[in-house]
Amino acid sequence: MYRILKQIARTGLVTETPPQADERYRLLSNRLQQAVLRSFAGALTIRQVDAGSCNGCELEIHATNNPYYNLEGLGIRFVASPRHADMLLVTGPVSRNMETALRRTYDATPEPRLVVAIGDCGCTGGIFGESYASCGRVSKVIPVDVAVPGCPPTPLQIIQGILTAIDIRTAAG
Amino acid sequence: MKLGILLPEFEPLPGAFTAWRAEVDAATWRLTVHQVWESGGRLLALWGADTGKTPCVHVALVFAGRLLWLSLPVPGQEPEYPDLSDLFPAANRMQRAAFDLLGIRARGAEDKRRWLRHGAWPVNEFPLRRGFDAARRADPVADEYAFVRVEGDGVHEIPVGPVHAGIIEPGHFRFSIVGERVLRLEERFGYVHKGIEKRFEALGVHDGFKLAGRVSGDSTVAYAWAYAMAAEGASGLTPPARALWLRALWLERERIANHLGDLGYIGNDAGLGFALAQFSRLKEDWLRSNERAFGHRYLMDRIVPGGVAVDLSTEAAALMREDILRLRGEVTRLSAIFDEHPGLQDRLVGTGRVTRELGERLGMTGMAARASGMPLDVRVLFPCTPYDVLQPRMVVHEGGDVAARAAVRFDEIFESLGLCGRIIDELPEGNTVTLFPAPPDGAFGLGWIEGWRGDVFIALEAGANGALRRVHPHDPSWRNWPVLEHAIIGNIVPDFPLINKSFNLSYSGQDL
Repeated sequence: MYRILKQIARTGLVTETPPQADERYRLLSNRLQQAVLRSFAGALTIRQVDAGSCNGCELEIHATNNPYYNLEGLGIRFVASPRHADMLLVTGPVSRNMETALRRTYDATPEPRLVVAIGDCGCTGGIFGESYASCGRVSKVIPVDVAVPGCPPTPLQIIQGILTAIDIRTAAG
Repeated sequence: MKLGILLPEFEPLPGAFTAWRAEVDAATWRLTVHQVWESGGRLLALWGADTGKTPCVHVALVFAGRLLWLSLPVPGQEPEYPDLSDLFPAANRMQRAAFDLLGIRARGAEDKRRWLRHGAWPVNEFPLRRGFDAARRADPVADEYAFVRVEGDGVHEIPVGPVHAGIIEPGHFRFSIVGERVLRLEERFGYVHKGIEKRFEALGVHDGFKLAGRVSGDSTVAYAWAYAMAAEGASGLTPPARALWLRALWLERERIANHLGDLGYIGNDAGLGFALAQFSRLKEDWLRSNERAFGHRYLMDRIVPGGVAVDLSTEAAALMREDILRLRGEVTRLSAIFDEHPGLQDRLVGTGRVTRELGERLGMTGMAARASGMPLDVRVLFPCTPYDVLQPRMVVHEGGDVAARAAVRFDEIFESLGLCGRIIDELPEGNTVTLFPAPPDGAFGLGWIEGWRGDVFIALEAGANGALRRVHPHDPSWRNWPVLEHAIIGNIVPDFPLINKSFNLSYSGQDL
């Protein structure tokens, strides 16, 4: 226990300032996450769905929870069921064998049911494209609010995409 | 030439390591594999191809310190070849996948269930056949899949997936349990099948490296190197020494990054959140160094046929030296904390045990095999440049449990840190890339690289004018997923995430 405490003290606080929503992905970013999160009672929950990725995007989604980015510190948390989720974070391309599972996950998610497509493949089908086995981009299968390009997008880009989706929905209504 | 007791005439296949190839008939196919099996050889991969005339089934075997490649043409309306899954159980899923993609059937195999086809394409059509239209979209028909049922008093099933509870790739697990204890686990995969092998056919030999680097994103360096090795073998090209050493630097950096991540999650799944916070911090530092020095956090697209796309600058070399020193200190401290944490050790020791005997029978490979006392490491047994000079130490632990798989990771981090240091110090001067000539039509090439998870294997056949005729990328997960089904038997359901994480196998890599 002593060693653990010593290591924690030695490490200190490494969390960096969270990014603001990026203009590139759409709309403005005039408020920081606190104001935005008010419309979600201070907490946003995300269900991540790998609908066919190479697992590269998953590595970076994992990284958003490391102490540097500390996504959970912004009140944003990954949950185990779509029924508990406000947002789906979907990586693609959507394989034909995941098409039904993705639709069912979407149907099981309660409103506001935000969808953020992650990665070049989620945005366009990427290097895998459309084929007998791949539906291509996520929006071919379910409605998408924000698409974050990159192969894979960095943790900062992913977090920016999440904030942008919240912004759009807050602005809309 | 003849190889020892083996029947067929083998031709040497030039490349970074020597492989031996033979085209055989059905009787010799079975007999040769039987001889390999009897003498303690291993099955590396089995795949099919339709390169024009008749479909073929291929098998790669490791026998007496050599890599053998047998090819058997399977003509006819309903092409069949002799089953190998009674000798090598790992062949079961590979044969089923070969049927789904090519319509070639293993004669005598008991398990005829589809593996990669869930209903995305018509029952009687096969995507890797020449005439198949890759762009065509058929209407999905949900397939029934006959899971093996366990019956008896108090037995019930837990179906999990394809969409899992965490941030993880999709696949289906069917647990049969009594109380909390697992009687049987059956896996069903194929959910992320996205037509990678068919996609390769539309690419040129030189350009295929990008797709190869995205077969399984966490092993992008291993795949890109294996692909480049196969392409260079087909072209008869040896890349500059500096390029090969840089590839090894990246392969070891990839190994360290993944091991750091896994150790964090192993600790976390055993209830030690501290481990996740610490190891994910170290991994992030490591990835940022990759970005600063080489322009990509995971080193995607840095390896190209003919060499590498970026060089190591003097400033980056200095940065890496500091990194290595710092990480060694940090991991040493965390290793001591792991060792001395009774609550953690209680969860890791004895959990998900795979004995060496079981591992050998099932054909386990890579990092997990080394944790069960199996001395398998391509870097040591079949060293290509620069591993022939570096001579890495093979890390082997005997326990076969989650604790042993964590211990292998700790030791491999230290070993790889040492290798990274030596590579930076001894990096040869010179060019980093040479012009890549298109291989002759019909040339074969093989790539075989020990990634962090296990050995990644790629078989390539070139077409006319620099096109690709067939590429089969083979993930070590093909051989280790069936082992996981055994590792969980007798354990409790809540330990499954921990055991699963200790293997950390790829879905995308085997679904293709």
